[in-house]
Amino acid sequence: MSVLSIENLDYSYGKDKVLENINLSVEQNDFLAIIGPNGGGKSTLLKTILGINPITHGSITVLNSQASKSLSRIGYVPQNTNVNIDFPIKVIEVVLMGHVGEKRPLFGYGEDETLCALGALAQVSMKDFANEKIGSLSGGQRQRVMIARALCAHPEILILDEPTSNIDVEGQKQIYDLLKELNKNITVVVVTHDISVILGYASKVAHINKHLTMHDIKDEKQLHKDNEHFCEVELLQMLNSNTKSCVC
Amino acid sequence: MLEALSYDFFQNALIAGILVSILSGIIGSLIVVNRMVFLAGGIAHTSYGGIGIAVYFGLPIFLGASVFAVLAALLMAMITLHQRNRIDTFIGLIWAIGMAIGIILIDLTPGYNVDMMSYLFGSILAVSNEDITYISILTAIVIFILTFWYRDILAVSYDSEYASLRGINVKFFYTLILVLSALTVVVAIKVVGLILVIALLTIPIYIAEKLSTSLAKMMIVSGILSSLFTFAGLWLSYSYDITSGASIIIVSAISLLVFLLIKKIKP
Repeated sequence: MSVLSIENLDYSYGKDKVLENINLSVEQNDFLAIIGPNGGGKSTLLKTILGINPITHGSITVLNSQASKSLSRIGYVPQNTNVNIDFPIKVIEVVLMGHVGEKRPLFGYGEDETLCALGALAQVSMKDFANEKIGSLSGGQRQRVMIARALCAHPEILILDEPTSNIDVEGQKQIYDLLKELNKNITVVVVTHDISVILGYASKVAHINKHLTMHDIKDEKQLHKDNEHFCEVELLQMLNSNTKSCVC
Repeated sequence: MLEALSYDFFQNALIAGILVSILSGIIGSLIVVNRMVFLAGGIAHTSYGGIGIAVYFGLPIFLGASVFAVLAALLMAMITLHQRNRIDTFIGLIWAIGMAIGIILIDLTPGYNVDMMSYLFGSILAVSNEDITYISILTAIVIFILTFWYRDILAVSYDSEYASLRGINVKFFYTLILVLSALTVVVAIKVVGLILVIALLTIPIYIAEKLSTSLAKMMIVSGILSSLFTFAGLWLSYSYDITSGASIIIVSAISLLVFLLIKKIKP
């Protein structure tokens, strides 16, 4: 079952066409990694899926509805660098933002909302930090809190923008292990530069450089089963490439 | 000081000081966490145009300044939301034009001889009962709005992109924060004056930010600190016969220095 479908999508900033004829289908429980060179259109595609950029040509369908009508079913985790670490806010309050936009009591949060937020924190192993100030956490811990916030809204698709930027190697591994675990029940879409994601975790890779090229990791591995290191080299080339297709 | 408390004007000054401290604690916190200090400075100086219009046409000063400041806030919201390039230039322009309008209209007002320095440096000891009523109503409105929309305002302030994706009208709340800032700036001008208003809206807030784990606590701590600084400033002003607004700001600035020093010694 396709949970995210993009057909014939174009997007331009003024006269500069950033995305051209993008077609993409993400199935339920896929782990899709979106990769590509800087300026290749990764962030633009993400913003268009999330409705931040208007669709001027083509269509995006999320869970059989127009993307704009299904935003509540998408969990979004922004880049770690976008988080204001000086802001006076506790971890639990950040996670409770997952409920923002829902009907609620006059002030504060309902007991059910707090329980849900604590459950989401437990899911990402951060429950003990619920009353800590967000700025006191490490980059990896903060990112897990952001994932908990997205989970709080019970999403069917989880979209993450560079989830491991500025995070140490151990923190990166913890984040991807967590995403792999969540992927048992949720479709995961990650915009990333991390080759480890593609090799160890993702089931599909979409390479974007104005155009989009899809790669099914399982199929590729099956195809090159005699060469266990085939994909690492080819995918690294692909990341650094400015060409619109790859030979992987 | 105790002797001073028996005077009506001093009692009014204390009440106005507390109310403005509560207001500046709440709105100042929003200004600081949303990084709108320059915008608030622009609104404060632009409101001088409203003071000039009120003086020229014989209208209540608070009314003239408030309407003009709100219009300036709406204009700045429109510019910052739709014209991201050269925001600082536009704010600087509005800032200067507002002040120029105020100065020219006051020049043209026949027979006007009220000391305009009181608007530049504050005149808390000249607060009237009507002023206190106006400040009380504004404080009640701000507290009601914060109570009703706290989680939305918190979400917009912390992560506006995420709030937008959750269906929150970010532009509405951004504009609302600016309009409330404009109204707060106008009443804060009465206490510390146009020149010093930004200090009142940032110094206690900066200290409170470091001492708080939530936005709500930051607002409360800011309000308490502002009140203490206002009391101490008033005492200095009364004891040494110096300008009240400047005294309040000097007390705030010394407190900030002491706070930073303690923080450096005991991080």
